Amino acid sequence: MLGAAIVGRMYQLQILQKDRYAVLADENRINLRLLVPPRGRIYDRFGVPLADNKPNYRVVVIPEQTGDLEAALAAVGKLIEVTEADRNRVLREVRRKHSFVPLVVRSNLSWEEMARIEVAVPELPGVAIEQGMIRHYPYGPVAAHILGYVAAVSEQELTGDPLLELPDFRIGKSGIEKAQDRSLRGAAGTSQVEVNAYGRVVREIATTPGQPGQDLVLGIDMAMQDFVTRRCAAEPSVSCVLLDALTGDVLSLVSSPAFDPSAFSTGLTPAVWQELSTDPRNPLTDKAIGGAYPPGSTFKPVVALAALESGSITPDTAVSCPGYLELGDATFHCWKKGGHGGVRLRDAIKRSCDVYFYETARRTGIDRIAEMAKRMGFGAPLGLDIPGERPGLIPTRDWKLATTGSPWQQGETLIAGIGQGSVLATPLQLATMAARLVTGRAVVPHLLRPAGRLPPGGDAVPPAFAPLGISPRSLGLVLEGMTAVVNEQGGTAYAARVNEPALAMGGKSGTSQVRRISQHEREHGLRKVSEIPWKERDHALFVAFAPIGAPRYVCAVVVEHGGETGGGGSAVGAPICRDVLVEAQRRDPARKVPQAEPMAQTIAPDLPLAIPAAAASPGFRRG
Amino acid sequence: MTSLSPDIGRRSLTVADKLRGMHWGLVLLVAAISGIGFVMLYSAGNGSWQPWASRQMARFAVTLVPMLAVALIDVRYWHRSAYWIYGVALILVVAVDLRGFVGMGAQRWIDLGVIQLQPSEIMKIALVLALARYFHGLPAEHSGRLRYVVLPVFLILVPVALVLKQPDLGTAIMLLAGGAILCFLGGVRLWLFGAGALAAAAAAPIAWSFLRDYQKTRLYTFLEPDTDPLGAGYHIMQSKIALGSGGLFGKGFLLGTQSHLSFLPEKQTDFIFTMFAEEYGLVGGLVLLTLYVLVIVYAFAIALRSRSQFGRLLGLGVGVNFFLYAFINTAMVMGLIPVVGVPLPLISYGGTAMVTVMLGFGLLMNIGVHRDVRLSRAGESHLG
Repeated sequence: MLGAAIVGRMYQLQILQKDRYAVLADENRINLRLLVPPRGRIYDRFGVPLADNKPNYRVVVIPEQTGDLEAALAAVGKLIEVTEADRNRVLREVRRKHSFVPLVVRSNLSWEEMARIEVAVPELPGVAIEQGMIRHYPYGPVAAHILGYVAAVSEQELTGDPLLELPDFRIGKSGIEKAQDRSLRGAAGTSQVEVNAYGRVVREIATTPGQPGQDLVLGIDMAMQDFVTRRCAAEPSVSCVLLDALTGDVLSLVSSPAFDPSAFSTGLTPAVWQELSTDPRNPLTDKAIGGAYPPGSTFKPVVALAALESGSITPDTAVSCPGYLELGDATFHCWKKGGHGGVRLRDAIKRSCDVYFYETARRTGIDRIAEMAKRMGFGAPLGLDIPGERPGLIPTRDWKLATTGSPWQQGETLIAGIGQGSVLATPLQLATMAARLVTGRAVVPHLLRPAGRLPPGGDAVPPAFAPLGISPRSLGLVLEGMTAVVNEQGGTAYAARVNEPALAMGGKSGTSQVRRISQHEREHGLRKVSEIPWKERDHALFVAFAPIGAPRYVCAVVVEHGGETGGGGSAVGAPICRDVLVEAQRRDPARKVPQAEPMAQTIAPDLPLAIPAAAASPGFRRG
Repeated sequence: MTSLSPDIGRRSLTVADKLRGMHWGLVLLVAAISGIGFVMLYSAGNGSWQPWASRQMARFAVTLVPMLAVALIDVRYWHRSAYWIYGVALILVVAVDLRGFVGMGAQRWIDLGVIQLQPSEIMKIALVLALARYFHGLPAEHSGRLRYVVLPVFLILVPVALVLKQPDLGTAIMLLAGGAILCFLGGVRLWLFGAGALAAAAAAPIAWSFLRDYQKTRLYTFLEPDTDPLGAGYHIMQSKIALGSGGLFGKGFLLGTQSHLSFLPEKQTDFIFTMFAEEYGLVGGLVLLTLYVLVIVYAFAIALRSRSQFGRLLGLGVGVNFFLYAFINTAMVMGLIPVVGVPLPLISYGGTAMVTVMLGFGLLMNIGVHRDVRLSRAGESHLG
């Protein structure tokens, strides 16, 4: 009877439940190991690598092969620096792990350190060099905010994908690295290995190769990006956006100062992190898309367009500027104390007359201004293909009522007319506004180039953005005023004009107040810039396009706290815009301009553009 | 067997007589099972005679001689010295308790330098000898009475208690079960067993409190092996996986993944049957079990042909012991009973178990050889 129990049990286990136990036995012995796929590389429009992977060497000890672990660590310590913390960590880990598991003594070895160990390896049993891959950004901080960075996966980012749980795996945390993380990541390969009960690999059974991450091409011109970065370094805190107005390609997007994204791949030291996160200039923030500033006078083209399109003014409407405008019992000051006298639209833009735009805004009304601002790209994120965009703000009656509970005051319309008050815009929005001004189309900026690298001769057909439905005449009038700003005596940015006529730019300066000007200061004269703390100085802004004959490049610059009181962005912002646009045009021949048809349609040849004769010289206009 | 004359019981047997009367078939069976053991130990060593197979073969060769010697010594000698042997074994068990060598969490061995002696194993034989002698000397009409059961109960319970204290649950169970069966065969009435079982049931809560934690865990684990697959249930779970994945014909010699990748614990000792069944499947397992059954049947046949009660009981005791070894071991590796640490006789790696089993077979063959020798109640031969 007992014998029958034995035989019956054997029958039950070995015949009836055989399949179940066979599976369990395989699960025991077969271990699936993930092979990390190489992360996709990122290139600029000409194929310059902006982000790639480089080997990362680390020195490991295999305790069972060392004989004497402490002696081995000491020997390694003689060749390269091994801190007490590293040593203790290894001695702690060895107690918890099997003796055949390699323990990392130090990672991120320099080439020289690696070589020193490599040479000594024959005399150091149990010491070995292991190679991993690490994300590398050859240009360091130059495109940091565009590319973003990768770092170890955090608890919240775990999705159950076992790839994310590998200790060496890095995930995109910002910029393109984050936005395109899925395609850059690729798919993990697997290696089936037979292991024994202690986890030691006995043999490899099968491998399936993974799918390497997809390579990406950006519209960035890295040489241009580098130039802009260096130009911006002249000021403490700057952001600058350069767009190809026809294609919407972001040619460079700089937020200065920046950080070195490579440092994040290996993990930041607390000191570096502390420094980055407490710097008042916010190096970690991409101010070009995530900084929202009152646009100041750079907003005036929008007000002008709204007024012209609504018919509330004509180019010939004259406004008298005595230096202030009174509305009810409030007084609105012009930046120029003595006033501009009688001004028409062209002059008002050229000399940035505040009283003219107070009056124009009053006549046009906030509803029309807000509507035009939205058409020009303000008040909402533009949908750039990296995270971090701020929406900015275009105030409306509804917004005022919803946020403060009180109704809109007409005085606020006047303030909005000069881009102050509640109006907020990002540098990217300002550049986009310029692109929309020169094309008349709803240009949307983008970083990725799905078409891949720029073919020789440039893109065959630039993307056709939808027309904005603004009359070419109104656009032309505004552009004419902006051209005068830079190229005519008395223009606010005449000092920053381009001397080479073929490369001439048009633009609009702006100053955004960080602090209210007190009555005391008005009466007793303003303090000198040098006397004002940096944090309290005005922001200097400049928006520009070039060349004036056939605008292709648009640029927006915001110099934080760089404004001279009353002087606007022309003194600090305009020279940066000029240098950037000139450089962009100098590099242009290599780029080959695609067909300029959209230009011809929106900015009709009959436009009364004040183009200096030299600017229209043959040879510059490519078609 | 025709060579043995009818008057053989009345004169001393010559060595030649004894050798002729030896059950060589049993020796062959034992050698065959041991041979399977060597092969399995070779496999357990990952295809190497080291470290287990070669040493086990040497032990087998060495213990073959004392086995034959035990068979040849006159049965009257064994009858006379039965209590002495029991006494010596008991002293050894006590000695282990006093100053034993601690191995595998339990005090079981006395280190004699050359071999490590496990007195509780010797006790298995000694108890059988003592009980056989006792019931042999007891008139049949007395064996049912309560007061004549007191001594054998002591003979059993004293070593059981000592062995439990070591602690060695497997051996204690074997001593208890083997002793009880021998008492039954010796003529103790069935109702007394019922009374004993009731007493045991009443004492169970007390006994429970004496169990070591790991023994309690094993009992829990037996009841619910899947609750803690990486802890206490690991052994039995892995054993069942190994058995089950072997299937009908097994994975083949040296190809058992569970055993060769070390998932199966103690594959060379307690769990060697699992390894065998993983590599040779249900078919191989049944062949091995058949060999064991043959040995047991052989043992019972020899015992029942003995003319003396001592011989019958000694033979049956050896057979029962062998059966208990095989049954407890195979049942425990299959998860039928808790893991109690009983080796598979003749196959598991280990010295003392081999010695005990071989000496047991020596006694068994002794009974076979001296089956016609009559013993008086006092132990004297009728013609002595």
